[in-house]
Amino acid sequence: MKTVKRLLRNFAFTAGSLLTLLLVLAALAAPLLAPHDPNLQDTARRLEAPSQSHPLGLDDLGRDVLSRIVYGARVSLRVGFSVVVLASLIGVTLGAIAGYFGGWADVIVMRICDILLSFPGILLAIALVAVLGPSLNNVILALVITAWVGYARLVRGQVLKVREMEYVTAAKAMGAKSPRVIILHVLPNVINPVIVMATLGLAGAILSEAALSFLGLGVQPPTPSWGAMLTAGRRYLGLANHLAIFPGAAIMLAVMGLNFLGDGLIDALDPKYRKLMR
Amino acid sequence: MTQYIIRRLLQMIPITLGILTLIFSLIHLIPGDPAMQIAGEGARPEDVANVRKALGLDQPLWKQYVTYIGNLFQGDLGRSFRTNESVAKEIAARYPATMILAFGSMFVALLVAFPLGIISAIYRNSWIDNVARFFALIGVSMPSFWFGPLLIIAFAINRTWFPVSGREEGWRSLVLPSLTMGLALSAILTRMIRVSLAEELNQLYVTTAVAKGVSRFRAIFRHALKNALIPVITILALQFGSLLTGAIITEQIFSWPGLGRLLIQSITTRDYPQVQASILVIALTYIMVNFISDLLYGVVDPRIKLE
Repeated sequence: MKTVKRLLRNFAFTAGSLLTLLLVLAALAAPLLAPHDPNLQDTARRLEAPSQSHPLGLDDLGRDVLSRIVYGARVSLRVGFSVVVLASLIGVTLGAIAGYFGGWADVIVMRICDILLSFPGILLAIALVAVLGPSLNNVILALVITAWVGYARLVRGQVLKVREMEYVTAAKAMGAKSPRVIILHVLPNVINPVIVMATLGLAGAILSEAALSFLGLGVQPPTPSWGAMLTAGRRYLGLANHLAIFPGAAIMLAVMGLNFLGDGLIDALDPKYRKLMR
Repeated sequence: MTQYIIRRLLQMIPITLGILTLIFSLIHLIPGDPAMQIAGEGARPEDVANVRKALGLDQPLWKQYVTYIGNLFQGDLGRSFRTNESVAKEIAARYPATMILAFGSMFVALLVAFPLGIISAIYRNSWIDNVARFFALIGVSMPSFWFGPLLIIAFAINRTWFPVSGREEGWRSLVLPSLTMGLALSAILTRMIRVSLAEELNQLYVTTAVAKGVSRFRAIFRHALKNALIPVITILALQFGSLLTGAIITEQIFSWPGLGRLLIQSITTRDYPQVQASILVIALTYIMVNFISDLLYGVVDPRIKLE
């Protein structure tokens, strides 16, 4: 209850929640919110500036930019949620195993983490998509492979502390098997920072997908994607600046909202987690 | 110090080997027959066979791996499918451009972050601090592939102060790409400097210095700032990796002739030897930068015992 009250008093959390809600609404209600079919072409009016009938203008194939931005939210959220859910599942599982059992499990998991972390930023994701081929599912796969490492290291660190607690010792003394101890006693006490990491990870995944699509390695046409829309925007700078401005603004608002949400969660959490997440 | 350097270098060996193994296995991740995928649709069987032989895919896997590692140690990164030139030669031609862009961005980042971070730390919780924190949040949320085109519209198209793309105009060509990457980094550094300096300003030695008559200015810049810079150096080194990957995107925006642009061109033309080598060079650069930052950490802070 104290946490909820802290959350509601926190401007960052409130602002972030509203922006995130807007993003989710756009994704879920795209067919209702989009004024036009996102793939309907009107080549005679291509690159048209914003007008009353098309508030954000038309793109290089005469498609309504506003509708494509609204539908693009679906792609962003689909990638974001898929990456976060899968990466956190894999990372939490491996991190918990590494932290709880230690020994060779710990060495193998941590060395794999070290190798994957040696690739800066989205370089490894670019490499994986380059060989697997550009598609939405390959983008998700590539981002999951690079994202699970953060969760694994976070959870491992937390589990190393929690496994020495008396309630864990008591559970083991009462005959509880390791999986039961991990799932029922250890993980519930390390889940808070994972939630915050997942929120910030969602922002990161959306940004990464947009970056990969911008490079031509992500979502393929005609599926609307904010990053791919910016590629077209770059080609027509000076001729149709609205193609560069509006999709980018959508990305920024979505990412900013999620970052605000994550920051708000960090501020509202127990002080011991605030230090960890900073 | 020498022992520490040797120990860190030895620790880097398994990591480097892991990276080399991962990059080696990239070709084998290509769905289906890699040679056929690379040769392309409609390729003749003899072309596919030539590609298979050129990549060594007709050899057993262990032999391919040993040959790959052996060639690397001799500086042989393979031959480009597109130009048939040595891949190392192409990378050597492009590498300096990427480094110039990375260091230019770092310069911009430090130029903005230092004054902003210091003022933010000194006037904590004031409106200046709030503006700086908001700027930091905007900076990390704003994608470079949006910010770059906005800068082009504002300063290269609406006002022709800088070129739209390319590297032909010397330092003027470097300004917009450096601003694109540098401002995002400055957002992170501003936050780091603010937190770090604010912590140091709360330390007893600063209070003691001021109580002994040292001016506040001197106490901040002569005493607190030096200690506050220590974690900043670590962050800077870690963020250099982001600059390297950020360069891949920024070079596309500004048609900057660097390694990142070469990587994307190679991916588009399915020039996999070039793709592998470009990724390898970027990853190894990142590891070296982290290694150098570890050494710098010990030099900057004599309290850290490296032995």
